[in-house]
Amino acid sequence: MSDPDRRPAGFLSRSNDDPIKIFGVAIGVALICSLLVSGVTAYLRPIQEANLAAERNARMGAMLDAVPGLRDVIAESGADGLQTRMVDLDTGQFVPDANVSAFDYDTAASSEELAVSIPADRDLARLRTRPAQIPVNIVERDGELLLLVLPMRGRGYQSTIIALMALESDLRTVAALRILEQGETAGLGARIETPEWQEGWTGKQVADSNGTIVIDVVRGGAKTAFEVDGISGATITSTGVANTVRYWLGDHGFGPLIERLRAEGA
Amino acid sequence: MADIFFTAVFAENLALSFFLGICTFLAVSQRVDTALGLGLAVIVIQTITVTANSVVYVVLLSRGAWAWAGMPDLDLSYLSLIAFIGLIAAIVQITEMVLDRYMPALHQALGIFLPLITVNCAILGGSLFVVERHYTIAQSVVFGFGSGVGWALAILAFAAIRERVRYSDMPEGLSGLGSAFLITGLLSLGFVAFSGAGG
Amino acid sequence: MALREIRSALVTSNPVTQQILGICSALAVSTSVATAFTMSVALTAVLCSSNVIISSIRRHIPPSVRLIVQITIIASLVIVTDQVLQAYAFELSRQLSIFVALIVTNCLVLGRAESFAIRNPVLPSLVDGFANALGYSLILLLVGTVRELLGQGTWFGITIFPLASDGGWFEPIGLMSLAPSAFFVIGFLVWFIRSWRRDLVERLPYGVRGQEAGDG
Repeated sequence: MSDPDRRPAGFLSRSNDDPIKIFGVAIGVALICSLLVSGVTAYLRPIQEANLAAERNARMGAMLDAVPGLRDVIAESGADGLQTRMVDLDTGQFVPDANVSAFDYDTAASSEELAVSIPADRDLARLRTRPAQIPVNIVERDGELLLLVLPMRGRGYQSTIIALMALESDLRTVAALRILEQGETAGLGARIETPEWQEGWTGKQVADSNGTIVIDVVRGGAKTAFEVDGISGATITSTGVANTVRYWLGDHGFGPLIERLRAEGA
Repeated sequence: MADIFFTAVFAENLALSFFLGICTFLAVSQRVDTALGLGLAVIVIQTITVTANSVVYVVLLSRGAWAWAGMPDLDLSYLSLIAFIGLIAAIVQITEMVLDRYMPALHQALGIFLPLITVNCAILGGSLFVVERHYTIAQSVVFGFGSGVGWALAILAFAAIRERVRYSDMPEGLSGLGSAFLITGLLSLGFVAFSGAGG
Repeated sequence: MALREIRSALVTSNPVTQQILGICSALAVSTSVATAFTMSVALTAVLCSSNVIISSIRRHIPPSVRLIVQITIIASLVIVTDQVLQAYAFELSRQLSIFVALIVTNCLVLGRAESFAIRNPVLPSLVDGFANALGYSLILLLVGTVRELLGQGTWFGITIFPLASDGGWFEPIGLMSLAPSAFFVIGFLVWFIRSWRRDLVERLPYGVRGQEAGDG
């Protein structure tokens, strides 16, 4: 005769010390949580990537706006305008037929075949590895180079700083520096992302007459054309940006590319 | 490597520069001997967990980790949080059992602190930093050890000060927790000076 | 009853100033009111949902896996929150990234789960979670306000004190943007609260000669 008070023996009514229940609950929780997390991540990933892409486009747009007259140049030159070319950093040559739109920095920097490790004594930006090939943007008119836009990144105080530097046709004067991403201290290091600070780079010279990269971020006020004013209270961030710029303009970065373009263009 | 160690101990001290593990830092620093016990436990656990988590991240979770199985685009890094915390809890549990079996005196001395470490944000924070900074496994070992030493150093210094200050004459509302906050603020201000050293 | 809970969590048993929970994140993200606000919202979401979920399965969590089950649930909720932030509040999520991740070990969430949700029904757990989150948010917003006002002259991005460098009169206090200032602000806050509410002062176990034991 069935006892109406006894519940049917189910999993949940087992005692909490029953090993089967312990495993069951542990596995069940793990499974449900993983499904939840994976599901939400997969659903939201397209939106996040769209955010990233939109932000990059906006920054590129802001960069173009920063150099007066540049938009007009691109508009009137039409197809000759802004090009993206893949650069082999070691040789400084353009790589023909490279798939620039599929380029992802993080993938390239961490994969065995595509990455180059940076020797510790030259690793100013504290990156440890970098891709062997990176796309850059150039603005040409009638075959003449007007602007070279170089992507740069390096370690700041507590985050990786990602920036774009545009060099004018002499490949020595900074047309603009745009900080794209940073996670530095709000109110201090984060001020590198403000237009006010970035404007301090426009017109500065990155190299002296011998071609040595001498541009630096200094404390207490920039006095020469080779110096940019740092942010007080954010020494490490400021130094991080300086080292990043110096690395990517140097021999282990885009140095070979700049040399080649200067030699050809001269 | 040495610069990773010294940076982790001084310039980027987990407790006083990034404020990780502060709840335990404030709650368990009334006496130097308890602080010492907790500090030692943190050093051991931090070294082990940061290394283990680094291995797990490089071998299992990062993009490209599954290239050998024919899935080079698989990027499981969004699971790193759960994986790390699970591994930390497991390692703490195992360490407790190993100590209990082979070094009972030490296990007795550490007492309640070992389980407390599981939820010390400094432990999880250390592992997350290793991922964010793309450290190799060798560098992770150094960073784990260094950051553990840094945290232990901070709590020892703090406990020593608190012991002295406990019975001093200060306004009633300020004694205890209030003074603890101010002292920690001053200590961390001192550590800010280190971030200038070494560039 | 719920109101009384909420009121008590605001001062008498405030998670940050009394229970010493949830401090790590309170310090690091309180540099501006915007980040403090986002962190408060994120924490409230996680704390309430974790309390509700853990409370609803509390009878079926075996003691031997109790801690890890709680942590797994909390970690999943945090990852979901982080992903949602990255999708819908992209700029802010950049600044908060590592600290949102650290909500997992935020002693407040685990603390309330361990001391309340694991042995109380769902609705009271929800109220408890919300009340504590409110107490935490209050401190966070207070500290954020002080630090942003004195450090940048703004509140939530709106200029209140015009900066001297912009032609105004206000010379920002650089210290406020540095991490240690959060400690100072909270320390003074605790002092103020305990001077107003004498009953919240800790009692010392031994007295000093010449004073009654317990007067401190």
